[in-house]
This record gives sequence, C-alpha cells and structure tokens, in this order.
Amino acid sequence: MELRAELEEQIEQWRGYVRRRQAISTADVDELEDHLREQISDLAATGLDDEEAFLVAIRRMGSLDAVSREFAHEHSDRLWKQLVVAPEMPADGTPSWRELAVVVALAVGAGAAVKTGYDLAGDEAAFLRNVSLLVFPFLAGYFAWKRRLTAPVVATLLVPFAVLAVVLNVYPFEPGGSTELLAALHAPVVLWLLAGVAYVGGAWRSDARRMDFVRFTGELAIYYTLLALGGGVLVGLTAGVLQIVDVDVEPVLESWIMPFAVPGALVVAAWLVEAKQNVVENIAPVLTRVFTPLTVIMLLTLLVVLVTAGGFATVDRELLILMDAVLVLVLALLLYSISARDSLAPPGFFDALQLILVGTALAVDAVMLAAMLTRIAEFGTSPNKIAALGLNLLLLVHLAWAAWLSAGFLRGRRTFVALERWQTRYLPVYGLWAAVVVIVFPPLFDWV
Amino acid sequence: MSGAIRIDKDLVAASATPLVLGILAEEELHGYAILKRVAELSSGRMQWTDGMIYPLLHRLERNGLVSSSWGSSEAGRRRKHYAITAAGKEALAERHEQWSVVADALGQVWQAAQRPTGIARPAQGWA
Repeated sequence: MELRAELEEQIEQWRGYVRRRQAISTADVDELEDHLREQISDLAATGLDDEEAFLVAIRRMGSLDAVSREFAHEHSDRLWKQLVVAPEMPADGTPSWRELAVVVALAVGAGAAVKTGYDLAGDEAAFLRNVSLLVFPFLAGYFAWKRRLTAPVVATLLVPFAVLAVVLNVYPFEPGGSTELLAALHAPVVLWLLAGVAYVGGAWRSDARRMDFVRFTGELAIYYTLLALGGGVLVGLTAGVLQIVDVDVEPVLESWIMPFAVPGALVVAAWLVEAKQNVVENIAPVLTRVFTPLTVIMLLTLLVVLVTAGGFATVDRELLILMDAVLVLVLALLLYSISARDSLAPPGFFDALQLILVGTALAVDAVMLAAMLTRIAEFGTSPNKIAALGLNLLLLVHLAWAAWLSAGFLRGRRTFVALERWQTRYLPVYGLWAAVVVIVFPPLFDWV
Repeated sequence: MSGAIRIDKDLVAASATPLVLGILAEEELHGYAILKRVAELSSGRMQWTDGMIYPLLHRLERNGLVSSSWGSSEAGRRRKHYAITAAGKEALAERHEQWSVVADALGQVWQAAQRPTGIARPAQGWA
C-alpha cells in the first residue's frame, strides 16, 4: 500500500499548510480534512488514483488564500491583529526597525509634550485639564501612521479634538470648582473613544472593529500595568542604590523621568499590544476567569455593607464616587471577558457566573441610585451629583439589558452575538455623555 | 464536473444561505454532505468552491440559524454536523417568500423574452 502512505503524507503536508493560517482554527482544519478525505475517497471510487483524487479534491476545496480570507472574514476575532496590523503585507515584509523608530519618536514626543505642558501651565489645574490633550495626538498619530488614515478620518478626529482643546482652555472655570475637575476627568473618555476611531482605521460603524478596540483597550491596560511595574522596580532599585551613595534622584525623577515615562509608556504599550498580540491572547481569558468570581465576592460584600449601614443620606460623597469607580471597573471586566470569549462556544458555567456578576452589579447600582436620589432630595443638585447620577443611569441601562440578553443566551433563546452587539453599540453613549459633561456642564452650573 | 455552469459570484452568495438552510431543514448533515446535496439538487450543474461552505456555515451558526455538534464518521474521524434551529427555520421561511417573489417575476420575464412579438398578455401570477 505504498500509494496510501503517500496520500497520507500529502494530506499531512496539506494540513501543515492550512494550520499556518491564523484564521483557521484546529477544529476547522479537522472539519476541512474530513471533507478532503471524503472527497478523495468518493473520487477514488469513480476510478481516479490517489494522486489524481488528491489533486482534484484540493482544487475543489478552492485556493487556500481565498478560503482562509473567507475564514478571516467570518472569524475576525481570531486574527484581529493580523487583519488590522499588516494590511496585505507579507508577514516578514515590513522592516520592524522603522516601526520601532516611529514608536520611539512618538513616545518621546508625548513625553516632551507633557513636560513642556507641565512647565508652561500656570497652575496644576490647567495642566490637569490639558494632559490628555497633550498625549492624545501621539497615540492617535501612531494609529494614523499605522492604518494610513484617510483625510476625512483625520478630519473627524481633529475637529472634536480642537473643540475639546478650545472648551477646556477658554471656559472661565472657577478655580478649584467641580465643573473644572469634572471636565478634566471626562475629557480623556471622549479622547479615548476618538483614539478608538483612529484605531479601527475609521471603520467605527463596524461592530467587529469596535470589539477589537475593546480587546485592545483591555490588553493595553495589562501591558501598561506590566510596564509600570517593571519601570517602578527599576527606578526604585536605582534610587535605592543612589541614595546609599548620597545622590538624591527625587528632583530628576519628578521633573524628568515621570513626565517622559508615564505618557511614553502608553504609546509603547499600544505598540506592544499591536505587535505581540498572541502572547496576551492566552492570558486574557485566564485573567477574566480569575477576576470575575473575585469581583462577584467584592460586590456582594459591598452590597451587604451598604444595605446594612442604613440611612442612605449619610453615605458620603467620596463613597459614591468610589462606588462609581467600582461599577466602571465591573463594566470593564464584563466588556473584556465578552471580547475574549469565543462567540461560537455554547453557554457554560462561566456565562452563568458572568450573569451573576452583572446581577450583583445591578443591585449595587440600584442601591447607589437610591442613595444618590436621597442625597439630591436632601441637599439639592450639584455638578458632581448630576454627573454621578448620569453615569449611574447609563450603567444601569447597560447592565440591565446585558443581564437580559445574557439570561436569554443561557437559556438558549439568544445568540452570544446579540450580547456582543449590545456592548459595542452602547459604547458611544459613554463618549456622548462625557462630551456633555465637558461641554455643557460648566456653563450650565455657572463654572463652579 | 460535467455540466457545471459558471454561476455569477453574487448569485451564489445570495442563494447559498437559503439553499443550505433548506437542505438542513430536511436533515442534519455535515459540510461535505451538504455540498453533495447541492450538486444532486442541481443535477451537478451548480458547484461551489468547497472550502467556502465552512465560513458560511460558521456565520449561520454565529447568527443562531444553525447549530453544530461533533460526531464521528464511519471511518472514525471527527466530523461536525449541522442542524437547523428554530430561528433558522424562520429565516428560511422569510427567504422562501422573498425568493418566490423574485422567481415569479423572473419567470414572467423569461416567458416574455421568449415571445419576440412582445404582445402583452395577462400574467399568470396576477389572478
């Protein structure tokens, strides 16, 4: 049976070729191989020899490039990096030193911008308002370079950026007022979504690309944390050694290292996420699986404490702000784990756990809303309260519908895609709200 | 390959979904068997690029129109079977309606084209 062995070898070789396509998973290769073998045996039954049958079957399968492109189209999550990073370029075609040079230049540029801004800004508040504006062009610039953005897309980025820059610097904010702080806090949200438009190369209407951006955001947070940890250890050790020999690094650290390292690391992290996607791809599902149950425990604890503490009016403002941060964190975790999940997998234990997470978050959100309304009823409105209330309502709608969809998915009534789409379609709402807080709140509340 | 005619890419794309759904509505099948059924139904005149059916099936699955399960073939290989879901049946009914309209209109066009005199007669579908 020499021919058989030869055929097996050919099929094995073909498998190897197909396996190298990132868009085609192992299970898909099994499916295709089963197809190929059946086709070969059917053809052999009509009188072709193994060699001929193999060739005909391969030809009928279609060109590997075309088929793998179709797979890529359908399973963009499997190779979102390859799709967006190297538009029709050979895998090893780009000189990586050029990209590295661009990244380093942009990172240094971001650092220089922040440093100059810090030195030029009269007071801390002015710097705080502008810091995100200073970093944004370099991050967006990287994506603009990488995706070769068209002029209309660049214009859609520049116009809101300019509006923000003008608003943040022309509005006559009361010094130390809360509208100023709110504007400074919400501007980065708007800018981040704008960076998202740059990231997806202007295809912001596409749900799949939006999900890519969610993924990117999660990975970026991980990489940034890793860089910060590594940098912290390095700086700490250096400072420790220098202190022993009586050299004080604090001034250098404050006025040079931090202004350059913090924004620079953001650009570098963005590049790392782009370049080293595969490494983190394996971490992401693990991380979400570890933190989802832990977050459920945290939320339940908070819920019990909040409810048993009683007297919502006494709940102070700081607690409400912290709780808002907790809910935003929960939402980020939810988005990230949805983005890391294979949308074809059937509902499982983890999906149930996620529904519990959303359910507890909803309960916490409801308690928070009650506390806020009580506070507002008692002490009247303030920019802080309205901003927090607005965010809470947005979160409530987001989580409630997510819970509804995920319950439907668990019972097999809905697809996971419906849940995914809800997340990606709702995202811009946060950007709009942040824009309202930056642009409408200050005049509405008389700049206080 | 005998008798296969080249069918325009857009037409294949448009007809593939209802064909696959319709075939799966009869019975649960794996990809290769679906293609064989397509060839059978068209007496071998319609042939797709085999590899393309899988991304299509995966898309239908993602949209909840079909469901899949792994089984094994007679030879003991891993084999993925597809079955139509309730949503798939709904979608099929919807497509059926759309295609009936198209086919009906086209049928009249073909008939009219065969009559060079071009005398208008009441169309059959307008009873």
